[in-house]
Amino acid sequence: MKDQSNHAFVIEGKMALPYQYFAGAVGSKFIVALRDEKKILGVRCEHCNKTWVPPRQTCEHCFAPLTDHWVEVQPAGVVTNFTVVRYAEPYQPQEPPYVLALIKLDGADSALTHLLDCGDIQNARIGMRVRAVFSDTPKDNILNIARFIPE
Amino acid sequence: MKRKNRNVAIIGSGMSRFSSHREEVNQPEMIHEAVVEALEDANLTLDDIDCVLHGNMELFEMVHQPDMWHVLGDGGWGKSGVRLTTGGTTGATLACAADNLVASGLHDVILAIGFEKLQEGHTTGGITNMADPLWGRSLQTGALTGLGAQKVIDEFGEERARIAAMKYRTIMDEHAMKNIKAHRRLRLERQYIKETADNSPPLAGELRMIHMCSQSDGACAVIFASEEKVKAFKANPAWVVDHETVHREETMIFGSQKSTQRAAAEKLFARAGIKNPRKEIDLFEMYDPSAWWGVDWLRDFLLLEGDEALKMIENDEITIEGAFPVNPSGGVVASNPIGATALVRVAEAAMQIRGTAGNHQVPKTVRRAMASGFGGTLWTVLMLLSKEKPE
Repeated sequence: MKDQSNHAFVIEGKMALPYQYFAGAVGSKFIVALRDEKKILGVRCEHCNKTWVPPRQTCEHCFAPLTDHWVEVQPAGVVTNFTVVRYAEPYQPQEPPYVLALIKLDGADSALTHLLDCGDIQNARIGMRVRAVFSDTPKDNILNIARFIPE
Repeated sequence: MKRKNRNVAIIGSGMSRFSSHREEVNQPEMIHEAVVEALEDANLTLDDIDCVLHGNMELFEMVHQPDMWHVLGDGGWGKSGVRLTTGGTTGATLACAADNLVASGLHDVILAIGFEKLQEGHTTGGITNMADPLWGRSLQTGALTGLGAQKVIDEFGEERARIAAMKYRTIMDEHAMKNIKAHRRLRLERQYIKETADNSPPLAGELRMIHMCSQSDGACAVIFASEEKVKAFKANPAWVVDHETVHREETMIFGSQKSTQRAAAEKLFARAGIKNPRKEIDLFEMYDPSAWWGVDWLRDFLLLEGDEALKMIENDEITIEGAFPVNPSGGVVASNPIGATALVRVAEAAMQIRGTAGNHQVPKTVRRAMASGFGGTLWTVLMLLSKEKPE
């Protein structure tokens, strides 16, 4: 078959995709408490005996409404898993290499994803105790917690 | 030839409140409102649901895999799930897919969910990307067209056409005023039909803001069940008789060919043995993106000729109390959360059969109802529901 690739015409495109996101009843309360009071809130399902952090409006397991079942959890907890990001892409929160960890805060039954700064990336361990460092400047997202560091 | 393995019925439906801004809830929270209402309406719990179908417009909220993100609100955790996205027809395609999946025996009870939060995204940005990058994308103008208006004006004269379109719009608003879920409830008055149109900003030709559908936030959930489950649940069913989807891809040619509306209606009526749709069907929930298209498409959907459709509007036949009610809900010109919109048509048609439409329930008994979906590029989906169980 004759090679036609030198005739192939390619259109270079770029899409602008502006959006806004309504954080909702649960997300709004969480982010305002985090930003203004440096408190980390979760919601509790008594039926399933679980405290969900990040909070959500219904229990993932039993579908019970949880919007009015707020509890405060501790700004410290345990690394349940982690990964090391070693490649660079646009829109990453910082220059690689860095550690992204799943952190189960004291009082919570689910893990929160966040940046773990433990000096050398080799220091990251499952089971290590860590605590939140709050951002000095207010943000409109989870980066009101700047990062987690070893306790 | 289509043949169903077993009968399927709609046994419950729910909707969020429709509004231009639902900033107090996020996407899963808004969907949750519709799901809870549908489960209550059907008197079921999530344990009774086998499969969750989810759909909305691609790119409109800038969320990749929204079906996964929305599990917290739609109850899909641990269940079978399918995401569908067929543009404006998404909601109607969800209903067709639910019917197919239950009729085939693959699932017994399905929860179909359509949603949209148009306020969060950029509608025209999303729609523009449907055009081919070589031929059309650099020429796209968005979703507005004045051609529908011009077609009606050319055929019936400017004065009669303009009054018919605005009367249609006013009847839809009278219906929306009775529907607590509707987005735009404008309290339009018939005595000011001409002034209301004249004072509305023109969008494209004679298509004015007042004629055009809204941009809404909202969600709709509908529960489909097999005949065995309808019996077991002692449910109040609206049976799915049949549905037809007609595509016309990439050829936005108006006027010269048979419309997808007429093509869908001809096929559906032939299979159902319907000779006179206006007499044999009691009610129609039509996906009417603008009042002008409502006027124009009524003729094709009901296989009418000449000015019969205009007369139906002029003679008040399409009102809630009329001989052939169209959109007792207020239709799409009142509320348009796009991914939910076509499923709302099916839900509303089913509610009229089941007698659960509340303030906008039509006074007559609805034995057969029809619901349509519409999307680019000129897709039509048409579904027929009945009070009596199909043989």
